[in-house]
Amino acid sequence: MSGDAVETPLLEVRGLAMHFPVSEGIVLSRKVGDVKAVDGVDFAIKRGETLGLVGESGCGKTTTGRCILRLERPSAGQILFDGQDISGLGRKDLVALRRRMQVIFQDPYSSLNPRMKVGDIIAEPIKVHGVEPDAKRRRARVRELLSICGLDPKFADRYPHEMSGGQRQRVGIARALALDPEFIVCDEAVSALDVSIQAQVVNLLEDLRERFRLTYLFIAHDLSVVRHLCQRVAVMYLGRIVEMADCDELFDNPLHPYTQALLSAVPIPDPRVEATRDFRPAPGEVPSPINPPPGCVFHPRCPLAVEGCKRTRPALRELRPGHWVACSEVN
Amino acid sequence: MSALLDVRNLHTEFRTGAGLVRAVDGVSYTVDPGETVAIVGESGSGKSVGAMSILRLIPDPPGRITQGQILFDGRDLLRLSQVEMREIRGRDIGMVFQEPMTSLNPVLTIGRQITEVLEQHQGADRQAAERRALELMEMVGIADTGRRLKQYPHQLSGGMRQRVMIAVALACNPKLIIADEPTTALDVTIQAQILELMKSLTLRLNVALIVITHNLGVVARYASRVNVMYAGRIVEAGSADAIYHDPRHPYTIALLRSVPRLDQPRRARLDPVDGQPPDLTRLDGGCAFRPRCRFAVERCGEARPALAPTGEAGHFAACFRSDELVAARDVAAREVAA
Repeated sequence: MSGDAVETPLLEVRGLAMHFPVSEGIVLSRKVGDVKAVDGVDFAIKRGETLGLVGESGCGKTTTGRCILRLERPSAGQILFDGQDISGLGRKDLVALRRRMQVIFQDPYSSLNPRMKVGDIIAEPIKVHGVEPDAKRRRARVRELLSICGLDPKFADRYPHEMSGGQRQRVGIARALALDPEFIVCDEAVSALDVSIQAQVVNLLEDLRERFRLTYLFIAHDLSVVRHLCQRVAVMYLGRIVEMADCDELFDNPLHPYTQALLSAVPIPDPRVEATRDFRPAPGEVPSPINPPPGCVFHPRCPLAVEGCKRTRPALRELRPGHWVACSEVN
Repeated sequence: MSALLDVRNLHTEFRTGAGLVRAVDGVSYTVDPGETVAIVGESGSGKSVGAMSILRLIPDPPGRITQGQILFDGRDLLRLSQVEMREIRGRDIGMVFQEPMTSLNPVLTIGRQITEVLEQHQGADRQAAERRALELMEMVGIADTGRRLKQYPHQLSGGMRQRVMIAVALACNPKLIIADEPTTALDVTIQAQILELMKSLTLRLNVALIVITHNLGVVARYASRVNVMYAGRIVEAGSADAIYHDPRHPYTIALLRSVPRLDQPRRARLDPVDGQPPDLTRLDGGCAFRPRCRFAVERCGEARPALAPTGEAGHFAACFRSDELVAARDVAAREVAA
């Protein structure tokens, strides 16, 4: 999106939409509407960059990630991965793609098969994709991956339940790395971890990014972690991107009223700072994505809303270099 | 002023397949009338079990309160019968849990959830209870109360359900509310609304509040006093200001340093707490934080340090080295800043 992008981005999403049908009635089921989980999203991620995708539950950030991974077939739009549109690929073509893009999930308790040993969990993708048919060399690779992720190679013989949450998440990361991917979707990858462990895993993700020149889409709701880890950030609300900018620019100079509300709602871990902070939480709640408000979807909660906001849906505009905002009232 | 709640040397154990877990291992603290006290800790630190012990809601077996006293308004809750305890829960002590969907009854209307408490504890008749329910719903910021009264929990959003929980907790004018991770399941803008609501209501109604949370930001904003728990014990206790600006236990210091802060410049690296959380079935006689502690010495392996006064009045830390720690802590902080 920035003018100096000579290099083609690794991933580009254009007009992505994902609508889920809503039906009513059990016997005579009929479609009554759509949940517009993702409703026209555009962004690009350069090689080696981390884009943060933030927003509250139901804003469509996870669905966006699932569409990019092609765990869903999007209703509309293009997903260009390394120049190739993958939005309509079939099963067979996707297999090859999945070697290049991987995912780290939120919950290290439910994303690892409890009946498999850690070593087998990590070896599974290597086996499935036929990367290393030799069992001995595969085991060596698993040990290497474990130590890359800061775990004792002996853990290969353990079961997930014998490990702590932080260790399990490292196993999930080792599995994602097993096929040498270029691109990883981190879907709330540190959200379920305890505070003291979270920082360990954040540091690990940063080390891996540099070591293997990885590109991340970092989906999260914790803004302070996003600020630490990402180079660019997109804020989503009700299926749409409302603001996107370089990380420092977005956090130092948020322009969209929703981003401002989001940032001011995060309590700072310091009672002296909190005592001086003006604090007015945004009123109301996120409306239903089945029946979103007309015009700007944020207008019912917005302090800047004027009559026109109820009618026209604001497009993303580049108000400063690289800083995109979907609001007609800020300039 | 005597304390409203005085927990003395509380021990709660669980017998598990892996061995005996001392989930709460000698915890003492007080809560004054109208005061907000935060209990901070990570999973397995015993913060929730401690609160459930106050309410005597520990499933037995496998759990058991083995020792201690819980003096509430002068009465020892551990000596009360189940019937007497049931009268205290919901009337004198209100509860707000993390997941409002599982703590509200899915087959009762919102109105009924509130009126039930009133009828049970105050012997109110249906009409009086319903009037009071409408009043309570308005107080917790639920609009369109007449319609909401007839709805079921699944028809409400997470934030609305938590408001209903607060209304239920406040219904009988309790003296104390125990809120266990009240906003963890909620989005950040809704979290802010709910916390502001709880803060203003507890202030206005002079209700004491115990907030159990892992979120250091929430604690900083809402609590006047803080207990930091680790491996079943309180390792540091004091005013919020002392805990955040003069921490005297290595765990508290490490915890505060590990979180990225939105109000500070971005750091090149985060400074995590090393190692893994403790396995409660395998604690030895030494300090439980020792394997992860940057200040550990030989003595730390010999005994578990008791909470001892340090720094300002009312500030306690369970560390042999808490006084000498201050210098090392400040040097490290300067290095990080540089």
